[in-house]
Amino acid sequence: MKPIALRLFGVPALLVALLVVATGCGGASDEPTSSGQSSGSADGGQTISLVAYSTPEVVYDEIIADFAKTPDGKGIQFKESYGGSGEQSRAVAAGLKADVVAFSLAPDVTRLVDEGLVAADWNTRHRDGLVSTSLVSFIVRKGNSKNIRSWDDLLKPDVEVVTGNPFTSGGAKWNILGAYAHGGLDYVSKLIKEHVRVQPKSAREALQAFTGGQGDVLISYENEAILAQKKGQDVDYVTPDDTFLIENPIAVTKTASATANTFVDFALSREGQQRFAEWGYRPVDKEVLKANASKFPEPKKVTTIADLGGWSKVDDALFDADQGSVAKIEETAGVSTAK
Amino acid sequence: MSALPASVARPRPRVGGAGAIGFGIATLWLSVIVLLPLAAVVDRSLADGLGAFWDAAFSRQAVAALRFTVLMSLIVTAINAAFGTLIAWVLVRDRFPGKKVLNAVIDLPFALPTIVAGLTLLALYGDAIAFTKWAVLLAMLFVTLPFCIRAVQPVLMELDREMEEAAASLGASGATIFRRIVLPNLVPAIVSGGALAFARAVGEFGSIVLISGNIPFDTQVTSVYAFKQIESDNIGGAAAVSIVLLTLSLAILVALRLVERWGARHDG
Amino acid sequence: MASRLTLRAIALAYLGAVLLVPVAVILYRTLEPGVGEVWASITTPAAISAFWLTVTVTAIAVPLNTVFGILTALVLVRSRVRGRRFLEAIIDLPFAVSPVVIGLSLILLYGRGGWFGDELADAGIQIIFSLPGIVLATIFVCVPFVVREVAPVLREIGDDQEQAATTLGANAWQTFRRITLPSIRWGVAYGVILSTARAVGEFGAVSVVSGKIAGETETLTLLVEKRFQNFDVAGAYAASALLAVIALTTLLAMTLVHPRKDSA
Repeated sequence: MKPIALRLFGVPALLVALLVVATGCGGASDEPTSSGQSSGSADGGQTISLVAYSTPEVVYDEIIADFAKTPDGKGIQFKESYGGSGEQSRAVAAGLKADVVAFSLAPDVTRLVDEGLVAADWNTRHRDGLVSTSLVSFIVRKGNSKNIRSWDDLLKPDVEVVTGNPFTSGGAKWNILGAYAHGGLDYVSKLIKEHVRVQPKSAREALQAFTGGQGDVLISYENEAILAQKKGQDVDYVTPDDTFLIENPIAVTKTASATANTFVDFALSREGQQRFAEWGYRPVDKEVLKANASKFPEPKKVTTIADLGGWSKVDDALFDADQGSVAKIEETAGVSTAK
Repeated sequence: MSALPASVARPRPRVGGAGAIGFGIATLWLSVIVLLPLAAVVDRSLADGLGAFWDAAFSRQAVAALRFTVLMSLIVTAINAAFGTLIAWVLVRDRFPGKKVLNAVIDLPFALPTIVAGLTLLALYGDAIAFTKWAVLLAMLFVTLPFCIRAVQPVLMELDREMEEAAASLGASGATIFRRIVLPNLVPAIVSGGALAFARAVGEFGSIVLISGNIPFDTQVTSVYAFKQIESDNIGGAAAVSIVLLTLSLAILVALRLVERWGARHDG
Repeated sequence: MASRLTLRAIALAYLGAVLLVPVAVILYRTLEPGVGEVWASITTPAAISAFWLTVTVTAIAVPLNTVFGILTALVLVRSRVRGRRFLEAIIDLPFAVSPVVIGLSLILLYGRGGWFGDELADAGIQIIFSLPGIVLATIFVCVPFVVREVAPVLREIGDDQEQAATTLGANAWQTFRRITLPSIRWGVAYGVILSTARAVGEFGAVSVVSGKIAGETETLTLLVEKRFQNFDVAGAYAASALLAVIALTTLLAMTLVHPRKDSA
């Protein structure tokens, strides 16, 4: 019987001892070959907490490494947190310490403004508060055998569409906006009711569902497509002639230090923007965009959120969980496909 | 026993080291860990008023999600109870090479994050069932597998074999012995494990979300519906629908507990 | 006996379809890139941090839960205290609560603007988005396990021996230590195994309360998700393998410390 008592209290004691030893180990980097940039308590230097949505993690990893080589960035420790845009925004609102926030759409920053954590004029600073843009695009199977090129092609009889759920993922709203800008609510209604069979929780999960075999086309973003290809996924992508501009905001919080502002400026500099370009995000810096023009063709028609009246109008009219038009479409879609 | 003085024959409350103090400590612990957080959720669900609570909790989508969740969970529980008992029996009473390894592997569905379970099931059973009710069922079965098995195993091991042996010597068949002697002793454990399985299935999020397709009214489970509400900044609504699910599950669990106690009371 | 073989066959078939084949697939996919790759994958700084964080959280949550679980089981089964039905009712609550809500509840309590959030912030105590929050969420999900495993055993064995010991003059603690505890050791063992496995595998609630700070509050399950998100499927499987290792190690330790009496 002694074993239980010993085991119960002996094991955690042993583990705590091990932990004291192990505290020095580990770090933040997930690269096998790097010596690991250890995060955690800054020993004398400053710390910048970056809270961002998940997809640009690869970009920020590089930007942070570049920043450390600059005189401004020397000795600055970074704490990074990546997750779903809405989740991260809510976490900051709930108390997650953040100096720089980078989300997938502006409402996630607005939430923090309402909470008093970000200054209301954030989108007048740092190049209007945007760090990158992208376009709503279609990701298709390699070879695009079904020849899907336009929004109308999505409504062809045997085409099955995958898209993220706009109510669980803010980022997925961009897709619906693209559809809406093309053909209004009628189009969106037809699309969702007749061609969308699954709506995974997030844009990335939608991509994984698609690469896992679901559907013929995935409505997603250009940068997701480029990333997927870079990571060896067997896909092609097509940007329709009329599409929607995805705008990714960046902001500093009210409690952030001057260095945080410097970091944001760095992300918006030539060097930072080039990193974004390499990973498929359209830079907001026009020069860098031009330099990468081969990768980023200009579509014929681009609608922006401003054209539709801004986010608060759009969120109320389309995406309100009870009254929004899209919410109503989703509800009726469920009824018609119920077994 | 009647020869003993009354004061000794009647069990005193402190037998087993529990009693009033133990009760106090246990209650305090559970209050801090469980009740307090849930109280905060209840409070939040009512913060926007009773009307809002009602609207959120009983909207058509919420009700459909609730029905789907509970139905699936009950089916999963029934399957688990049957197969779980069988597997526990085989693990305790049978002997075959590799049994130890098998016994160890049974806990894996717990340790593996549900995202892994979901993706693996998707990869395995792929297009045929993906995003359908079967996918949800399979995912729930996977993550609740250990419950009944692990609930029944310890009881089986402590079981007194005398009565079984007596019945066997009197000519009773294996099936009869099981049905009339062993099973009644196992019912509390089966129900206990079943309750765990049910509760887990009801709350499950990770693996189900990934492969359920998430179509409102069709394959959307309540926990996902709650997540949607949170995402839309409707925290009160998420809280409301979660409280409803919680209450319903609690009712079913309490009912199962009563069955368990009834079974224990009719124990030999 | 033919029926013994039949039972065995059915049990194995079911386990095969629902458990073994998926696990085999996971194993295959984990080792597919080769042992070297797998090793590199689980020794990145992030993986090491995540591993130790998961171990720490489990090492705090499980023993606490076990001690209180045994106590609660004793109260439920052996005592006559009024109100123990109430205790019974809330034991199972944690299971019926979805992880999303668990995370939400802790934020409502300890987050900014929550019941205790502002007082804690003033005192400089960080619960949410830090280790304590993760531990609380983990304990929450493990609460019923030990109780549920030990209570049926307690009921099954009855309190004859305990009564006898009391009659012979043993006090409550002695009775517990020498009579009760040994007889519930399988229940406790399985309770520990289950809660450990559950603790290391918890994702949803921890995802909400941890803040996902790389290298600090990123547990193994969160690392698995992140790797999946970043198309590092092999890495995700490798990290999952670590989780399985922790769970299996616990099982091994348990069975070694009390060698099972293999019946039949």
